[in-house]
Order: sequence, then structure tokens, then C-alpha cells
Amino acid sequence: MSDPKKHQDIDKETGVETTGHEWDGIKELNNPLPRWWLWTFYLCIVWGVGYMIAYPAWPLINGATAGVLGYSTRGEVAAEIDRYKEQNADLTSALAEVELASLGDDEALNRFAVAAGGAVFRTNCSQCHGSGAAGAKGYPNLLDDDWLWGGTIEDIAYTVNHGIRNETDLDAHWSQMPAFGDVLEKEEISQVVHYVMSLSSTEHDATLATAGAVIFDEQCSSCHGVNAEGDTSMGAPNLGDAIWLYGGDEATLTETVTYSRFGVMPAWGPRLTPSDVNAVAAYVHQLGGGE
Amino acid sequence: MANNTKIPDAADDPKVKTLSDLPDHVPNELPHQTGFLNRHQILERSPTLLLIGSFLVVTIGGIVEIVPLFYLENTIEEVEGVRPYSPLELTGRDIYVREGCYNCHSQMIRPMRDEVERYGHYSLAAESMYDHPFQWGSKRTGPDVARVGGRYSDAWHVDHLIDPQSVVPESIMPKYAFLMETTLDGEYVQDLMETHRMVGVPYTDDMIANARADFVAQADYDSDWDDLIARYPKAVVSNFDGQPELTEMDALVAYLQMLGTLVDFSTFTPDASR
Repeated sequence: MSDPKKHQDIDKETGVETTGHEWDGIKELNNPLPRWWLWTFYLCIVWGVGYMIAYPAWPLINGATAGVLGYSTRGEVAAEIDRYKEQNADLTSALAEVELASLGDDEALNRFAVAAGGAVFRTNCSQCHGSGAAGAKGYPNLLDDDWLWGGTIEDIAYTVNHGIRNETDLDAHWSQMPAFGDVLEKEEISQVVHYVMSLSSTEHDATLATAGAVIFDEQCSSCHGVNAEGDTSMGAPNLGDAIWLYGGDEATLTETVTYSRFGVMPAWGPRLTPSDVNAVAAYVHQLGGGE
Repeated sequence: MANNTKIPDAADDPKVKTLSDLPDHVPNELPHQTGFLNRHQILERSPTLLLIGSFLVVTIGGIVEIVPLFYLENTIEEVEGVRPYSPLELTGRDIYVREGCYNCHSQMIRPMRDEVERYGHYSLAAESMYDHPFQWGSKRTGPDVARVGGRYSDAWHVDHLIDPQSVVPESIMPKYAFLMETTLDGEYVQDLMETHRMVGVPYTDDMIANARADFVAQADYDSDWDDLIARYPKAVVSNFDGQPELTEMDALVAYLQMLGTLVDFSTFTPDASR
């Protein structure tokens, strides 16, 4: 191998052979690779060969070699989802078929529904209704007992399933308040706004409110009710309480009456399983305001 | 320097070697090992050879890793429902890219149970086949948006883009309220589509010819949008931002509302072997 006579050059300090290079008096020692490193390297090669046999690896003409383990990412995720579904199969099938009104009678199932519903809510609903379900301007608070489309557990499940004013579900809740800017004069809108403010005992102009009462009776009472108590069959809010979806101050009410509002909720039936819909209905129902 | 007596003259310095000082061999010659494994020293000592060798290795590696993806049956999956972006969506997509949304939002639902349960069916390669460039992203400061389409109302997207904290108080997303102020007229949308056609998106002549009309129609629910839907099935038609003008907000929300909605997973079952 080596020709000591011609090449061997031993470094005096360490007694190790040098590579024979020399740069400005600096020489490079020619230490061998550490054994542990070398063996790790060889083991990696052996492991790599085993991996190629076990898992999909080599591209051929039509497809890649499948590997003796038959592994596929898609197969794995499907198996993982099935495994999970199977674990909860008894509970989810019971929850999918349960008579919602009597869910509370089955303590174990109810507990499962509320826990599962909480997870569904935080994943899918919290973006609009808030992670604590307190809502935001234009997105209803689900903690109170003021319901636009009904607060029984069946009503909530229906709303979750079909949504509100969306184009995708023919059974979605649907109603449309007219934009009264096209119907009433500005003065009349101001009057009716002051009347609405008087209903919820906010500070208002009594003269305007008295005139507004007449307009309210003519224009608004058919949906919002003669006493402005609202109507959950058409999503007409109760105007007599202090709960406002968009705001109860004069400017916001004027905007609402002039241009109307059109709150949309997507239909979740196609995205969630029936048991998930029931679970989230149970969760929302028990938040505080369920009827 | 010359006055520094501690520095010896070069001729007297034992560390300075010249060729004539060396006994019988030249420095930097091939070292003493001559085994087969040591032949790599030939490469290492010739920059040209090293360059050629590296190039060959990278080429072979590239061919083995990349080329099969273009012909292997199990890497190409035709999926029903995937279509090129409508003009308004394509414009919205450009805004998405311009604003760097991909820095915080991925569009790639990985095949894992937790992701599938949170975001929906895992992403298929075909779903981004008309993306130039794709928006898979590599980092999730915000959530994945591959299937955000239809999850929230248009109004929510508008509220959220104007002021994310108004609907999601814990969000750290910046505000994009200025999108409401820049109006668009689709002047260049036809060129944009032609460019995409050049890189392989199958826009038909009909689509290109009607680009600007479709662009305007999609943001106006009262327009005649039957042809638009025929050309781009499942396109969402709406006055997305609620303003009479067609703004960047309309375009971006139109894009967001179609993301991940094209494939009908109630009828499509992905092949597990892929």
C-alpha cells in the first residue's frame, strides 16, 4: 500500500503520518476515521437497503415498488380514522339517533355529547361565535337566552345542520328584512329608531318615539311582533331586550333600518357527521341559554 | 519590519521552504496511499473534474427522484371537479400571493387524523394542479386554509380581513382593511389568464374571450352569471364585500370561498395505494 521510503512523513509532535501536503509549514495529519463513525456509516447503508425493501421506494415503469410492508400514507390515515371511529362507535351511533329532547335523560351519552360538542365548537364555530361562544358584532352570542331561530336543542341542531340564509342548503333558515331606506323617509327612520330605543329603555327622544310607534306598527310589527318581542320562526329579533346583534345605539340602528342586515351562517350538515351535529347542539344548548 | 530582529531573514528561517530545500519530493504530490479508495483524490485535486463529477451525481439523483413523478401512475391522479380558477378568483389568488398570506397560512392538509378532523379531507395533488405557483406553504402561524371555502360567510371574511381581532380576539393576524379601498376593473385579467395558459392551465378561448365579463359578473349577484357557472362550475357569485364597487376584497374573498370546494368527497374515494 504505502511506500514508506518515498512518502511516509511522520509528524514529530503526534507521531501520526501526514497527508504530505504542506502549506506555509502547516501539515495535515492523516488520522483514520473513528471506528464508531465508520461503523455507523456502514449500518446506515444496510438500514437504507432494508428500508427500500420494506417501504415504497424504487420507481419502475408504471409504479413504484410497493414494499413488502404494503405501507401507504393514505391507508394509514384511513386506518387511524377507522380505529378512532370504532372506539366511539357505540356512543356516536347512539348520539346520531337519539331523540334530542330526551338526551338529558341519558347521563353518560349527554356527557359525551357535551364534551364532543365542545371540540366541534372550538374547531368549527369559534371563529364566528367566539371561542367562549360570546359572539361578536353580527355573530350571535350563544351564552344568553335570546335566540333568533329558537333555542331548544332541536332548533339548535336544525340551525347547525342547515344554516341561515346560505345558498347551499335549500332548507336553510331564510328571512330578509327590507332595507327601509328605500321605503321610509329619513325622518321616519329616525322616528322608528327612537321608538325601538324606547322599547329597550335606552335614552331616546320621546316625541320622535311616539311618531315612530305608528310606523313600527305599520312596517315592523308583522315580523318583530306588535310588542316587538320578535319571532323565532323568521329569525326576527326581540327588540325589547338589551341584547343587540349589531348594536343598539342610534347610529347603528339607523344603519340597520336603512340598509337592513343579512347574517349568513353556512350549513354544517354536509361537513359534520350527524352525531357531531347533535353533539354541538347539546354543547350550545347547555352553555346557559338553552330552552 | 526590516528592523525587527526577532523576525529572521527569509533565507535563514527554517520554516520557509523552497523547492530546492526539499530532499527528493515535491510538496502537494499524491500522498502515500495508492489503494482504490484513494482514487477520489484525483477528483479532489482537480476543480474541473470535481465540478463534472458533482454535476453528474446531482443529475442522476434528480432524474431518479423527480422524473418518475411525471409518469408514474400512482403519482398522477385525475380528480373530477378540479377546474381552472375563474378570472375573479385568479385575481384574488394574486392578491393572496402579493400579501404573502402563504407566509402564515398553508394550503396543504396532511394525511393525518388530527388534520383531517380539523380541516377536512386531506389535500390531493390534483387540487393544486392549476396553481402557478402552488400555495402549499411551509408554516402555519395561522390555520391551514386549503378547505376554508364555504366554512364562513362572506361577511365574516370581510369583517375578519378588515380587523381580524373583531371576530377572533386572540388572533395575531394583521389588518387588511385597505383591500376594501382598491377598486378593480379587470383590465389585465385576460393577459393574466393567457399567461397561465402559457404555463399549462387549460383556459379555453371562450374563457379568455369572456374574462372581463366573468370577472365583473362574479361579484354581482344581480348580473347574468349562468355562463360564468357553466365555464367555472361551483364558482360562488356574490357581492362579497357588500360595497357597490368591485374591490380587491371581492376578489380575495371570492378566491377564499372556493378553496377546497371543487372536489366532491361524497362521491370521490381516493385510491389508498397512491
